[in-house]
Amino acid sequence: MAYPWRDERETRVLSEHFGDPAARTLEGWKARGGYKALVRALELGPERIVEDVKASGLRGRGGAGFPTGVKWSFMPKDDRRKPHYLLINADESEPGAFKDRELCRWTPHQLIEGALIGAFAMRASHVYIYMRGEFFEPAQIVARAIEEVYAAGLAGADVMGSGQAIDVTLHLGAGAYICGEETALMNSLEGRRGQPRIKPPFPAAAGVFGQPTTINNVETLCAVPHIINRGAEWYRSMGTDKSPGTKLFNMSGHLVRRGNFEFPLGFNLKELIYDVCGGIRDGRSLKAVIPGGSSVPILAADEIDIALDYESVAKAGSMLGTASVIVMDDQTNMVKQVRRIVEFYAHESCGQCTPCREGTAWMVRILRRIEAGRAARSDIDTLISLGKNMIGTTICVLSDSAAAPVHSSIAKFPAEYDALLRQDEPVMATA
Amino acid sequence: MENVTCTIDGVRVEVPRGTRIIEAAEGAGIGIAHYCYHPALSAPAMCRMCLVEIEGAPKLVPACVTTVADGQSILTESEKAREARQGTLEFYLANHPLDCPICDKSGECRLQDFVHAEGRRHGRSVEAKRVLGQDDFGGDILYDGDRCIMCTRCVRFTREISGSNALGVVQRGDRSVIDTFFDHGTEGDPFAGNVVDICPVGALLSKDFLHKARVWDLDGNPSICPNCSQGCNIRVDSRDNLIVRLRPRPNPDVNSYWMCDYGRRRYEWMNVADRFETPLLRDEAGELAAAGWQTSILELVAELKPLLGTEVVLIGSASMSNEDNGLALRLARAIGETKAVFRSPRAESETVCPGFPKLARRKDLAGNVRGLEILGFRRVGDDDAKGGLPATAGRIVIALGDSLADADDGFGNDAALFVSLGITRSPANLRARYVLPVATFAETDGTFTNFEGRVQRLWPARSAPAGARPAWQICGVLMAGIDADSAPADAARAFLSLVELNAGFGELSWDIIGSRGAMLPEPSLLETAEIG
Repeated sequence: MAYPWRDERETRVLSEHFGDPAARTLEGWKARGGYKALVRALELGPERIVEDVKASGLRGRGGAGFPTGVKWSFMPKDDRRKPHYLLINADESEPGAFKDRELCRWTPHQLIEGALIGAFAMRASHVYIYMRGEFFEPAQIVARAIEEVYAAGLAGADVMGSGQAIDVTLHLGAGAYICGEETALMNSLEGRRGQPRIKPPFPAAAGVFGQPTTINNVETLCAVPHIINRGAEWYRSMGTDKSPGTKLFNMSGHLVRRGNFEFPLGFNLKELIYDVCGGIRDGRSLKAVIPGGSSVPILAADEIDIALDYESVAKAGSMLGTASVIVMDDQTNMVKQVRRIVEFYAHESCGQCTPCREGTAWMVRILRRIEAGRAARSDIDTLISLGKNMIGTTICVLSDSAAAPVHSSIAKFPAEYDALLRQDEPVMATA
Repeated sequence: MENVTCTIDGVRVEVPRGTRIIEAAEGAGIGIAHYCYHPALSAPAMCRMCLVEIEGAPKLVPACVTTVADGQSILTESEKAREARQGTLEFYLANHPLDCPICDKSGECRLQDFVHAEGRRHGRSVEAKRVLGQDDFGGDILYDGDRCIMCTRCVRFTREISGSNALGVVQRGDRSVIDTFFDHGTEGDPFAGNVVDICPVGALLSKDFLHKARVWDLDGNPSICPNCSQGCNIRVDSRDNLIVRLRPRPNPDVNSYWMCDYGRRRYEWMNVADRFETPLLRDEAGELAAAGWQTSILELVAELKPLLGTEVVLIGSASMSNEDNGLALRLARAIGETKAVFRSPRAESETVCPGFPKLARRKDLAGNVRGLEILGFRRVGDDDAKGGLPATAGRIVIALGDSLADADDGFGNDAALFVSLGITRSPANLRARYVLPVATFAETDGTFTNFEGRVQRLWPARSAPAGARPAWQICGVLMAGIDADSAPADAARAFLSLVELNAGFGELSWDIIGSRGAMLPEPSLLETAEIG
């Protein structure tokens, strides 16, 4: 199975071996230069690894973009009484995101190598890969890779004779979006309800099983072996000053070419859409773009001439998130689109916090009425007001994520709402 | 411990480091609205009602889990905090049925309270509400899912306090609902009744109390649970002089915020209808006939005086106060050598509360067993409070509170004098020469002594029948009649006179006991071990 679309302008670091089944095996990975970074890392020692990752400027690829080296340095350095854990967030459940799935499918050893280096750097004796339950194929591939590294002595009681024990366990989730939130993931891994925890305590102090824990995204850890091999300077040579390195852009929606494309951060969104992905399919024109997965504010067609790095997208009023770019053409019904997104969040709300539990479901009901032509102007005001009450009032940011597309779509596509509103207020709901 | 200083709504507050904002505020007299927080349970910070502003902080913080830091200025009434509360309250009402007119919780409902205080004047929701219906959780607990605000206090209670793990949240999002696991409901959880008390809304209901009364029609009075020797602090709710509900009253030294279902459900006996309502004495034909108090006392004193020096059998009651039993014992000893006994039911085992092990349903199933032992009564009879009555021949018999339901047909016939300080009719106490109706523990001021020697106050929770009097008062007057001493003017003074029976009481007074109780000093407890 070859990889569907590639583009010669790409800078393929993480995705170099996408579409190459031979890279999945330990033997095949080693033949492509795999596990050299692990050997080097074991020589460098934990402090140097953390320094190198810090120096590379690598930022978390799970959406928040927090500097990885800094995160690693939060782990206690001298406390050997408590076991340390490295969790890998492979729950990838943000609508629009499909990069971790591909990394797991094609390059399982890239992930495991990065994980072993990270675990060694943070003195973690156990790595848990928390994978989305629906990822049947990636799970099988990663599980096979784990068996291979155990058999080869790369994981287990004594990693490559270093004396360091690192176990690797694959755990499959049970289908809840919220388990991609790091503290909900920890609860889920412990066998509890997948509900986000209040911080503090932060994971580095008391994470999974109450022990010091760091949680990293799949793509983040996949970048680590390359940084160890080629150095922080090389990594910094790509991307922007504040957002160095390459990133997988998950392109979906009404594009001619869709899929994962790897570019240095700071790549232009318009160029990505029109040149790399071949523009809008069927000769239509662009209406809107969600640049970072369903939870970020929507950009209108005239707002897309921006660089895709954390700072520039934020400046444009949205977020880079997981760089999951959802492209919508001129035929798209924005109200329906937003209703479906909010329905997703209402369905996936864990139900702990009142503003999220009640707010997401309430928004859905209003949006359904708007779509069905049974709403008035006051309903739009209510939507905006509910959204305001859902931002910053909950334990995690799921409710903020539900409010973002509502607010941004009302602000940027008011005509689509107006066309559906009834003018003869008041409007009452029917059961 | 090191202290930190902050201001809450401008009030300067100094608290130990690690104090949570909600507790610091409460100490300063500032109430912060909340649902999921409960001082005796873990705080999940999920109801989002207690969000407060810390000046300079970007986001509102939950007061129930955020600890106070030095120099902070905490604002509970800022526009931001108030708007957040108003918004959250509106979310609560999106699915809440607002069926207050038929809801038992109405009047003591926190949702009602906070919405009235700070909610929007008009609801904006025109959507159909979620309907879940009712679920029988087993035992006394009924769940109304429509009213539930998902604070999960009940879930945490069964995990952290009662240990039954009977309840959990199933489903997620706005489909979340509290449910039991398989067929293991709250039945069999000996502390399950507390979930009704801690439910901030009318989602968890007591089947026993269901639709019995509107809470604003209730009279509530503090008291002590009389159903075992733990001495749980309770509040007795009555309507039209009938007790309809017992609920725990917080006391960190005795029962925390809880009480057991065994104690909670046994209140009907306090409403027993078959009461003596006026003194009765034998007329010339030997029949009991109603008489006034003055006549009764004067005649009894006249009858007692020639009998002074006669041995006395005093049968006390562990369901009556120290004052009642103590004054009866003092009266008996003023007459002659006294054999003071009492009978009280005993259970085979204790039922300990796992999350608060100080609290247990004790083996002794009456409130003042220890009190009687300390005063100098000896326990007789079996574990069903039957048998063991001393011989009465030639003695003066005074029966206080004990109805002597199991006594032989001829009980007391051979006594020199049989006086019943009775509550309810029974064949035995209808054979008494004098029946002097007394008020129960629920109808008088007084004290109980719990299993560990803690003396705690009782307050009247209902009115006694018009002709009944507190036993301490009757006995005090009789004592005054026979040895010309003065009778205690009130129950507090009756308590002070208990020092005559056990020196330990000399260190206590009602002022010292207050509403939380006070321990008898150690020696007074040891002393009674010899009597045992």
